[in-house]
Amino acid sequence: MRAIVHVMLKPGVLDPQGEAVRHALGSLGFDGVNGVRQGKVIELELAGDDPKTAEAQVAEMCEKLLANTVIESYRVEIV
Amino acid sequence: MRAAVIVFPGSNCDRDLAAAFRELTGTDPVMVWHKDTSLPAGLDIIGVPGGFSFGDYLRCGAIAARSPICRAVVEFANRGGHVLGICNGFQVLTESGLLPGALMRNSGIRFVCKPVALTVATSASPFTNAFSTGDTPVFPVAHHDGNYTASPELVAQLRDEDRVAFRYVDNPNGSVDDIAGILSENRRVLGLMPHPERAVDAALGGTDGRGVFASVAQALVAA
Repeated sequence: MRAIVHVMLKPGVLDPQGEAVRHALGSLGFDGVNGVRQGKVIELELAGDDPKTAEAQVAEMCEKLLANTVIESYRVEIV
Repeated sequence: MRAAVIVFPGSNCDRDLAAAFRELTGTDPVMVWHKDTSLPAGLDIIGVPGGFSFGDYLRCGAIAARSPICRAVVEFANRGGHVLGICNGFQVLTESGLLPGALMRNSGIRFVCKPVALTVATSASPFTNAFSTGDTPVFPVAHHDGNYTASPELVAQLRDEDRVAFRYVDNPNGSVDDIAGILSENRRVLGLMPHPERAVDAALGGTDGRGVFASVAQALVAA
C-alpha cells in the first residue's frame, strides 16, 4: 500500500518561491499566471493493508514531522 | 557554569560557538553528538549551533528537532534550563516547539550573507543584559531561510510580553515585525538568526557579539 502526502503552505502564508516561479513564467512569455504556490509531494511505501489504519498513521506522521503545521497544511491519499 | 554545544551532522558553527563560550564565560563547553540520548549532568546552558543540520532536508532544522538529543534539550528547557539557538539552531528550536512561529525562505529568495545592524529590543534577558535596550550591535547573518513568520496574534503577544530580543534595522529577509530573535515565555530560551559567535574577535567580523556571551556569563556565572 502507498500513501501520497501533499504538503502546501497554508493560505495567506507568503510563498516567495512560488512568487519567483511566477515571475520566471512571465519572463518566458506565459501570460495570465495570476499566482503560483509551491508545495511538496511525499510518497510512502507502507507495510500494512488496512487503509483506515494507514491514513491515521500517516496523519500522525504529518503532525509530527512531514508538515510544519504552523505554516503548512497536508492532505493524505492512500492508493 | 557548565555549557554544552549540540553537534548535528552538517553543523558548522559548533566550534565557533564553543570558542565564544570559552572566551567569554570561562567554561569549556561539552560537545554533545546528536545520537547521544542524554545530556551531561549539571548543565546551565545549551548552545544549538548554526549550519545545515541533515542537509536542510525536508525543512531547515526539522530532522534535527526530532533527533534523540533534541528530546533531551526540550526536557532541559522545560525544567528551566537556558538554551541559545543561533541560525540553524533557531530553526531547530522553532521546529521542536520550544519557540513559536516558523522560519521560511527569505522573501528575496537569495541566501543573505553580510553583517547587519540590529536593535536590542529588550535588555531584560539572560542573553541581552550586557546591552542597553536600543543598542545597535552588528552581527553577521548567513542564511537562506531566516524569514520569521508568525500570526498577527503571536506577533502582538511577543510584543506585549517583551519577548522580541533583537530586531533588524534594515530587514534582510522579510521577517515579520523585523524580528531577528525571540525569547521563550520564561525568557531562558533565545533563538536568533544573526551570528553573535561570529562577532567575538576584532580580527573576524567585529566584537559586538561578545555582549550576548557576556550577558550569559553575568546571568549564570554570578548566579
